[in-house]
Amino acid sequence: MRNLTGLLFAGGLGFMLLAIASGIDFGNPPMRVGEAIQAAAPQEVGAANIVTSVVLGYRGIDTLGELAILFAAASAAGLVLGRRHTTNGTQTKGGFVLFHGGALVFPFLLTIGFYIIFHGHLTPGGGFQGGVILAAAFFLPLLARPGARLHHSVLSIIEAFAGACFILIGLAALAEGQAFLQPMLNQDTLGALISAGTLPLLYIAVGLKVGAELASLLSHLAQTESEQ
Amino acid sequence: MIPGVTLELILYVTALGLVIIGLAGVVLSSHLFRMVLALVIAEAGANLMLVLSGYRWDAVAPILLQRAEQPAMVDPVPQAMVLTAIVIGVGIQALAVSLLIRIRQRYTTLKRREVAEKMDAEIAASAGIRRDISQDAPLGERPLKPVPIHTAQSPGGDA
Amino acid sequence: MSDIELWIALILALMMLSSAVLTLLVKNHLAAVAAASVVSLGLALLFALMRAPDVAMTEAAVGAGLSSLILALALRRLGLWQIEGDTKKRNMLKVSTKGDGDA
Repeated sequence: MRNLTGLLFAGGLGFMLLAIASGIDFGNPPMRVGEAIQAAAPQEVGAANIVTSVVLGYRGIDTLGELAILFAAASAAGLVLGRRHTTNGTQTKGGFVLFHGGALVFPFLLTIGFYIIFHGHLTPGGGFQGGVILAAAFFLPLLARPGARLHHSVLSIIEAFAGACFILIGLAALAEGQAFLQPMLNQDTLGALISAGTLPLLYIAVGLKVGAELASLLSHLAQTESEQ
Repeated sequence: MIPGVTLELILYVTALGLVIIGLAGVVLSSHLFRMVLALVIAEAGANLMLVLSGYRWDAVAPILLQRAEQPAMVDPVPQAMVLTAIVIGVGIQALAVSLLIRIRQRYTTLKRREVAEKMDAEIAASAGIRRDISQDAPLGERPLKPVPIHTAQSPGGDA
Repeated sequence: MSDIELWIALILALMMLSSAVLTLLVKNHLAAVAAASVVSLGLALLFALMRAPDVAMTEAAVGAGLSSLILALALRRLGLWQIEGDTKKRNMLKVSTKGDGDA
């Protein structure tokens, strides 16, 4: 009986979504805001990646809200999980491939992560993608050595400092008389590494914050023995 | 190909199907961990529909090239929104998973029906209600003492 | 040229939908997490097909990488990590009436 009502619910929901979304002209969106942004972004912001100029320039407050939500979720998860249990040696040490492969791959992951963060305004990428790769790079040696710990104090200092830098750069724009998080500092030639004003700095702050947050969250999740 | 089947139609049906499968999975699954996985699938479908709404069928990616004449591009605003949504989604998954770990520690089971029964039993025990008798039953220890019948001066007649 | 895109999109869509259904139906929890990460992989490829490289990179890094890692770590901590599943597959959607070692 419950299965039948569940399937009826799914069918009704499908019909409703179909009715709502069939009016959208997929393939030919009106794109009024999109076209205005595409016309104005190269001169106003100066980043080659238009999505970066939207994320950090035109909708910078949304990114600030996303950082706040991520911080709240990671803190709440750490709070709910409770104190870290000490591993009493029941976990098996990682095998040969994990141990040495993790040590070998770690500098490459760091390089790729920082490359993606620094070039976020030129090519597809940015702070979030690079931050996730940095978090994975710092978590990988933890998988291979179950007894090791990350320095949670260093990670929270990095995360707090990077978050404060993001807000301070935004407030600096206020101090100059412009809007909060307005891109400033002169934009050089389009396509150069040093261009688009404060956008690379904002993305570096975002990348460090996201990376540190996710690394400490993963180490919280991994650091107990399994319940049997 | 079959006429009338465009790229947008295939992607639209996929996004709709993923959302429906995800939400039906939340309603129908009997294990709490499957509910979290079903939410992951529904979120993937919603993100797909958002990016699809900005897709233009003969456009290029929104990266400026080094030439004077820029071709038509897809809409960058939904892509910025989906970037945010994906990262928030993984944060919510981490929170949901840690709540599951606490539920497992408290109730030692993760099946939906058993967790619901144990929670009901706990609430009833802390409120002082006995679960095996009805809520409208009279109070007192079983077997109840017999109620004394009024002999004289009973109010006249029956109503 | 757009015919190839249609075929690629069709194959990816079928892969994603069948993996999504399998996520809810398999008995082994590790297989369910693997099926969910197949959905994320197909989604990343579809985003790349739809001219959204930023979103494709984010989905590949976060969905197929970090999300699967979080779910697998949670499995290990919940005690549901079994490599060898049961021999007969049972439907996970229906409420099981007999007790099993699954919790």
